Amino acid sequence: MPLCTQTVHQLHAQLKNREITSTQIVASVFDRIKQVDDKIGGYLTLTEESAFEAAAAVDQRFERGEDLAKLAGIPVAIKDVICTHGIRTTCGSKILSNFVPPYDATVMKKLKSQGAITIGKTNMDEFAMGSSTENSAFQPTRNPWNLETIPGGSSGGSAAVVSADAAILSLGSDTGGSIRQPAALCGNVGMKPTYGRISRFGLIAFASSLDQIGPFTKDVEDCAIALNALCGHDIMDSTSAQVDVPNFEQSLVNDLQGLKIGLPSEYFVEGIDPEVETAVHQAIAKLEELGATIHNISMPHTEYAIATYYIIAPAEASANLARYDGVRFGYRSEEAEDLTSMYKQSRSQGFGEEVKRRIMLGTYSLSSGYYDAYYLKAQQVRTLIKQDFDQAFETVDLIVTPTSPTPAFKLGDRTADPLQMYLSDIFTAPSSLAGMPGISIPCGLTKNRLPIGLQILAPPFEEGKLLQAAYTFEQNTDHHLHRPEL
Amino acid sequence: MSKISLEDVQHIANLARLTFNEQEMESYQHQLSRILDYIEKLNQLDTEGVPPTSHVIPIRNVMKPDEKRDLFQREDITANAPSTEQGYFEVPKVIE
Repeated sequence: MPLCTQTVHQLHAQLKNREITSTQIVASVFDRIKQVDDKIGGYLTLTEESAFEAAAAVDQRFERGEDLAKLAGIPVAIKDVICTHGIRTTCGSKILSNFVPPYDATVMKKLKSQGAITIGKTNMDEFAMGSSTENSAFQPTRNPWNLETIPGGSSGGSAAVVSADAAILSLGSDTGGSIRQPAALCGNVGMKPTYGRISRFGLIAFASSLDQIGPFTKDVEDCAIALNALCGHDIMDSTSAQVDVPNFEQSLVNDLQGLKIGLPSEYFVEGIDPEVETAVHQAIAKLEELGATIHNISMPHTEYAIATYYIIAPAEASANLARYDGVRFGYRSEEAEDLTSMYKQSRSQGFGEEVKRRIMLGTYSLSSGYYDAYYLKAQQVRTLIKQDFDQAFETVDLIVTPTSPTPAFKLGDRTADPLQMYLSDIFTAPSSLAGMPGISIPCGLTKNRLPIGLQILAPPFEEGKLLQAAYTFEQNTDHHLHRPEL
Repeated sequence: MSKISLEDVQHIANLARLTFNEQEMESYQHQLSRILDYIEKLNQLDTEGVPPTSHVIPIRNVMKPDEKRDLFQREDITANAPSTEQGYFEVPKVIE
C-alpha cells in the first residue's frame, strides 16, 4: 500500500519501528501530488524543499531513538487562510496574492513542535466565503470523486487533497460549515471543534464569533490525534477557552451502549436529496443497532439559521476586512491619486465578487438606521437557536443529521444565484451559530459514486463524545475505506 | 421587492470604501434586495425581551499581563507593504 494512502496512526507505527522514514512518506505524497493535482487543483503553494528538509531532520531524531509525537514526520496540508511564517498566504484572494506572513499561527507552532511536515497551502473560497471553492481568485478545485463536481467549500482544497491521497491530513477552517460540508462532499472526516477550543491566532479573520480551525483526516482515529495536537488555551487569542483538554484518543471506544441520540425533525425536510436521506437513515439504524437509543426531537428555530448567519457573518466580515486598505500589506492600486481613492481602488480591484457582496451586505446591516432591524434582531435569533441546542442536550447526548442536503453539485451550478449557494450550509450553520462542536463522517455513496456525510453534533467541549460515536460507527462499517478513482 | 435603491447601494459602497460601475451597482441592488427579502423571515419571530448573543462562550474583558514582548522586527512588518520609505508606510499625499 503506497505510503500516501495510509493514515497517521498507520504511518506512525511504522516510523516508530523504523520500518519507514518520513522522507519516504513525503516523497510518496509529492509523487501523488504531481500525479493528481493538475486535475483537482487542490494546492495554491507547495513547499517541497522545506518539507524534505524538515523530514530529514525528523528522520535523524527517529534514528537517535527519540520518542516522537504522533504527527512527527507526517505531511500536513494547510488551508491558505492560516498564516505560515515565510510561506505565502493568500486567503484565496488577489488582495493577498503576495502576502508572506512574518509569523506562524498558533496551530502552525503546535504542528511544528510535534514535528509535522508542512507540504503546502490549499485552495479555498476567497476569505473562506463560499461553499464550493469556486470563489478562489486563482483556480477552482475539483472533487476527486468526480472532476465535474465541486469539492464543497470553503475548505475545498484541504478536503480534496486528503481524499486524493495528496496529503495525509490537512487543516481547514469552519465558519458556517466550511470544514464539515467539504468533508461530506469529498468523503473524509472533518471536525469543527467547539468555538474557542483551538486558537484563532494567525487565522485570517472572516467572522470572528464563528471562525474555528479544525482537521480533515482519513479516519476518526487520526481526527483524535490531530485534535490532541491542536487544542488548548492560547494567550494570543482572547476568545480561546480556558478549559482542560482531555486526551481525545481515550475517546476512541467501540461502544454506544446507553448513548442517547436526538434526531431533529427540522433536519429531515423536503428538499433533501433522496439518496442522502436514505444513507443517513441507514446510518441512524446502524447507530441504534450498535446500542444507541434514538429520540425524535424538535429544534424549531433551525429554519432561521441561514438568515441569521447571513446577517452576522457578513457584518463581522465587513469590519474584519476593513484592514485591507493597501497601506501595510496586500494589493495596492497604482491608479489612485489620493488616499480615499487609493482605498477604494485597491479594495475594488483586490476583492472578488462574493467578498464585495458580503462586505456590502454587512455594511448595510450595520449602517445607521438598520442596526436594530438586522444585526440586533439576528443576535436575538442567535440566542433562540442556541437555546434549541441547550434544550435538546438536556435530553440527548448527541444530535445526528445529514451534513449537507445534497451530494457534490456540478461546477457552475450555483454561482449565478448567491442565495442558492448560501442554502448549502442549511444543516451546518445552526451549530456554528451556537458554537457547538460537530463532525462529518462518511456514511455512504450515491449510485453515481459521490460521498454522503453524516453530521454528529455535541454540547460544547464534548468532542470526546463525538469521537466515540464516530469511531464506533466507523469500526462497524466500511464507508471510510472507499477511495475515489483518479 | 427592491427595498434597496441605487442611491442606497452608492451610499453603502462609499461607507465600505468600494467603487462599482453602473452595471455592477444594478447587479448588487438586485442581489442584495433578494438576500434581504430572504432575511425578512426573521421578522416572523417575536424576539421581544430576548437577550442578544454576541459570543457563544460568556467571556468578558480578557486581560493579559502588561509585559513587553519582542514579537517582530520593524523590517519584518514593513516587508509586506506596497510602499515604504525610511521604515515607514508610504501613502499618497493626505493634506493639500
